[in-house]
Amino acid sequence: MIGKWAPRTGAPRTGVDKFLTLLRVLAVGLVLVGFAAFIAQEINTDNAFAQWANPDATGLSGAGFRGLVIAGISQGAMYGLIALGYSMVYGVLGFINFAHGEVFMMGAMTGWVTSTKLAEAGLWESNFIGSFVIVLFGSILVSTFLAVVMERVAYRPLRGAPRLIPLITSIGVSFFIQNMSIVLFGPATKSYPARPDWVKNKHTALQIEGDKIMVIAAAATSMILLWYLVERTKVGKAMRAVAEDAEIAALMGINVNRTIVTVFAVGGAFAGIAGIMWGIDFGSVIGHTGFLPGIKAFSSAVVGGIGHLGGAMVGGLFIGIAEAVGPLLILEPLGVSGVSQLRDAVAFAMLIGVLLLRPSGIFGERLRAEDRA
Amino acid sequence: MTATEMRPGAAPEPELAPPRRALDQNWRRLARMGAVAAFVEVFIALSGMPVRLDERPVIVSILSLGYVFIGAIPIVVGNRIGRQVRREGVPVHKAGGYELLAGTLAGAVAAAGLSVLVALLTHFDIREPLVNWSPQLLDLLSFNRGPVFGVLIWLGIGAVGGFIGGGLRLLPARWRRTLVTMAATVVLISILEQLVADLVSGVRLEPVADWFYGRRGGLTHSGAGVTAAIAGVAAFFGRGRLKAARAHVQSLEGPARTRATSLMILLTAAILIVVPLLVGSLTNELLANVGLFVLLALGLNIVVGLAGILDLGYVAFFAVGSYTAAVLTAATSPRINPEFPWFVALIFVVVVTGLVGLFIGAPVIRMRGDYLAIVTLGFGEIIRLLFLSDWLSGWFGGAQGITAIGGVEIFGLTTVDGTNPRGVFYLVLVFCAIAIYVSWRLERSRLGRAWMAVREDETVAEAMGINTVNVKLLAFVVGAVLGSFSGAIFANKVGSVFPSSFLILVSMVILVVVIFGGMGSIVGVIAGAALLIGVLGGPKQPGLLAEFSEFKLLIYGALLVWMMLARPEGLIPSARRTRELHQEEFLQDAWLRGEVDTDDGNGDAQGTEGRS
Repeated sequence: MIGKWAPRTGAPRTGVDKFLTLLRVLAVGLVLVGFAAFIAQEINTDNAFAQWANPDATGLSGAGFRGLVIAGISQGAMYGLIALGYSMVYGVLGFINFAHGEVFMMGAMTGWVTSTKLAEAGLWESNFIGSFVIVLFGSILVSTFLAVVMERVAYRPLRGAPRLIPLITSIGVSFFIQNMSIVLFGPATKSYPARPDWVKNKHTALQIEGDKIMVIAAAATSMILLWYLVERTKVGKAMRAVAEDAEIAALMGINVNRTIVTVFAVGGAFAGIAGIMWGIDFGSVIGHTGFLPGIKAFSSAVVGGIGHLGGAMVGGLFIGIAEAVGPLLILEPLGVSGVSQLRDAVAFAMLIGVLLLRPSGIFGERLRAEDRA
Repeated sequence: MTATEMRPGAAPEPELAPPRRALDQNWRRLARMGAVAAFVEVFIALSGMPVRLDERPVIVSILSLGYVFIGAIPIVVGNRIGRQVRREGVPVHKAGGYELLAGTLAGAVAAAGLSVLVALLTHFDIREPLVNWSPQLLDLLSFNRGPVFGVLIWLGIGAVGGFIGGGLRLLPARWRRTLVTMAATVVLISILEQLVADLVSGVRLEPVADWFYGRRGGLTHSGAGVTAAIAGVAAFFGRGRLKAARAHVQSLEGPARTRATSLMILLTAAILIVVPLLVGSLTNELLANVGLFVLLALGLNIVVGLAGILDLGYVAFFAVGSYTAAVLTAATSPRINPEFPWFVALIFVVVVTGLVGLFIGAPVIRMRGDYLAIVTLGFGEIIRLLFLSDWLSGWFGGAQGITAIGGVEIFGLTTVDGTNPRGVFYLVLVFCAIAIYVSWRLERSRLGRAWMAVREDETVAEAMGINTVNVKLLAFVVGAVLGSFSGAIFANKVGSVFPSSFLILVSMVILVVVIFGGMGSIVGVIAGAALLIGVLGGPKQPGLLAEFSEFKLLIYGALLVWMMLARPEGLIPSARRTRELHQEEFLQDAWLRGEVDTDDGNGDAQGTEGRS
């Protein structure tokens, strides 16, 4: 940890290094000044510092702030669920499965099909919990299947190819699945049927909406299941072994191919759960839905330390909260107008910032020495 | 003679074993391939492609492009199923009844997917999620003669198609090639209808065009016959000569080689200058769009193809180039409007884009290849979001963009703008020529060699004394500047810039073009842009197959995956890149020939690189 920050003796400091240091300082400075301005404005919008930063500042109410944080947590939980897939595949195969966001989208799309069919049959309103379970399993099934087919068709023949080849392939797969859903289901926005009231209403002392509670509960349950799978079962042991060293694992009698398929399947299942959560939380899905959450989930995996499963969830929550609160916390106090439009830009800036400041993520990467940057 | 024998350097053809017995089929393989093909058939049918493309006749009143797509699959499967793996020590059998039976059965299974679909279409209605589950599809698949006919006819078509596909293996290579060329040429000429008809009319031969193409598109029967005949004769007699001519040119050395090359360049230039004069504005518009993408693809080729940096946010430079040109030349630009002439603005465009390239490049250049890809994608999105935001709308107009941008004034002689696509094409042509020259010179320069060294192994390159950071940064900047040219022309051609013109999609399409054409190969990249953008169309620009616009992105995705799996070096590969990608195979070949006596572990290292 200390060693990372110590100056590298002997390495020449080039212009690029100096520029990067400047960028790091600027990034940290921007965040600090923005945050200071925010605090100043919260205390009193008339003080000199707050006025200097943004004369039109209004400050943020406590309830508004809480709402944002809760929305951020539920959003982040979804990113975390998707990020698990990125992180697991990266851990085992060492490449970014760019198409993972589309697996999530197809989960949401399947949810739309099953939930509208159930709503037509009248079950969605009368027995929401039962239909939700059906929809959830439908999505998990389709997403898992898609992830497994993807691995079989596109990635398995490329095992051992130069590193960028599978990445480019996965970009193609992503493009294909995205447009496949558009040509099959049409380009229009797909709306989920109306949710029952208790899902929309706010509960508990913290005033959390029902759907947000569902998302957070689903994410927590998934994490526990995943922990059990990876740490306590034989399949999990095989996964860890393959992630450590595929060849040695094969010599120890582990079926590497089957283990890799399992990894894709588990990642796909979590993406399916996230897809359903997305559908219920936001109420609609289109072919392009998978793109941004996919990239942000990847960012989460990197922020948490790619290959690290707990880190993926923590990174997801971090990105979710940061993009919900960040614009109002840092940019608005500095007088940037229309900050909510810059949500996605903030999420991308976070990714870049993390890679600049700590490329190995919060918990550190789980990679072999030669893969480290 | 077979194809492998003609490839230089391949091992000599082993003696052919007698044909396999027809009933000794590999049933599992047959069932698997048939099922996959059937699935593909159903997917294509449900994607709406046949119905949409049915409006596009290939041969008047006989065949539409829609049927070509679903009808070709049994033939392809019937042919592929008979393929034998050529491996040392495994006998290769002569083609015979085995191939015919396998082809027929596989083709029938493939088309049976459509039969099942016809039956399902008649009895169920699931139009709710699947938008193309329509009566039109049923009519198309059953040839308007009822479901029973539809079910049976597809089994028949599949079996016949598969039989033809398998039968192609029985023909001598020369005949097989002739037949395939004839079929492909007819489809191609019909796809190129707009271009060919425009060209023929341009030389005052309208009657010929009318005779050749039907009134509502598609070749007439006589047109198709003539095309097939010419293609057949050319393929039957011409191929050997073409090969000989190419070998002759390649064997030339010194001044003779230079003369041949310059002759070829002059000829190409002459064609490119004359053709726009003959064709109408619609075709010129198409040519200009292709040119803009050639320019972009050449720029990305330096970054991806030469330096091996996977830049997914390349559209950022296109956007910066466009916006800089727009802000500096348009009177309507919100904050800064110096109304420079375009060529003066171009200097600023180069400077600004170069700086943006440095700014984006510096933080990402040290990152691992895959992180770099995602981060550049992030930058591409950030730049678009900034142009779109209210925050900067005072400078760039936000979602309304900048409109009423004037054309390019060329030394007071003429103004080139969107109303003058021919002028735009010539302008693009000039910049393409510059880009080609720059790429060509750079590829052979010290810098170009450094790029390729970095691409192939960064650690080794660094050990050889290359400053990898600076070299990669330079690639980034050079690529950015080339892309910005395209952007600057685009802004003044279209006359307006909006953030929605600079979606990440554009980056992806350019990437597909570069990879399809061949990473690192200038000719390949140009051919890729011409084929993909010209025929299928760009992100927003229609191509020759306007009916295809809904499906082009789907095709691009599939194409990207297929290229990576089957031919990662691209359509027209650069020799060096091919060797790099197939190093293992080259080593194995060499080992088989006894040129390498020990396994130096190179193949092994390649094998484990991607895993961790």
